[in-house]
Amino acid sequence: MKPFFHAMVHPGLFYILSALSVAGALGIILARHPVYAVLSLVVTLFGLSALFAALHAPFVAMIQILVYAGAVLILFLFVVMLLDITPETLLRSRSWTSVLAGGALALFFLFQLAQVLCPTVSSFPAAKNGPMGTTAVIGESLFTTYALPFEVASFLLLAGIIGAIVLAKKKL
Amino acid sequence: MTLAPITLNHVLLLSGILFTIGLIGVMTRRNLLLILLSLELLLSAANLAFVAFSRALGNLDGQIMVFFVMIVAAAEVTVGLAIALLLVRHSGKINADEFREMKW
Repeated sequence: MKPFFHAMVHPGLFYILSALSVAGALGIILARHPVYAVLSLVVTLFGLSALFAALHAPFVAMIQILVYAGAVLILFLFVVMLLDITPETLLRSRSWTSVLAGGALALFFLFQLAQVLCPTVSSFPAAKNGPMGTTAVIGESLFTTYALPFEVASFLLLAGIIGAIVLAKKKL
Repeated sequence: MTLAPITLNHVLLLSGILFTIGLIGVMTRRNLLLILLSLELLLSAANLAFVAFSRALGNLDGQIMVFFVMIVAAAEVTVGLAIALLLVRHSGKINADEFREMKW
């Protein structure tokens, strides 16, 4: 395990994983049916998870798969299948003026972003000796420095659960 | 053939590209579910930037921020999908611009 996490990101691997993530992302916005869009997001999330592992974040890579691909996207699939979307509603799911306007705005945004990024080239420093981003290190930080945000986050999740039950139940 | 080593900018640019694709999705799709799905893509692109900076600065705080972003995303998705389910159940429409009211 050690050589894998402590090696630099191999360029070829990085380009393959980036292509996978971007292909999945394009699948989301081009897919005709929401089920295909959800499955494309799974591809993107797995690509990103592999990149996280390559960037010395094994814990984040694992919860990316467990929480996102495992729980959030299953929830999405359930809702897509519960809604029984008819072909007629899908046909009216795109308007060309908004595609043009939104696409132009987003490309303008990317252009601005690239202009900010291009002058500041910085390479990754050599890896530290100790473990970085493992469950032990992150757990220690979560329960000491970030103890209060951690507890607040649990209240947020509780509010989410209660909100979903109150909204989705037909009669309380 | 040897490729140039990967720098922070490569990862940030990938994050920017993914964020832009998600932004296009949020702005151009009309299906309520696909808008929520594109929002997930926006959050994931931001997570990639957090992890890249965490690696470049040798600081763990970025990865912990990703952890909290995931919690917020999970809470947002549960409530968002419940609202979407309710709206579609009551009005029979799925496109975001066809909704005129959320109270009945």
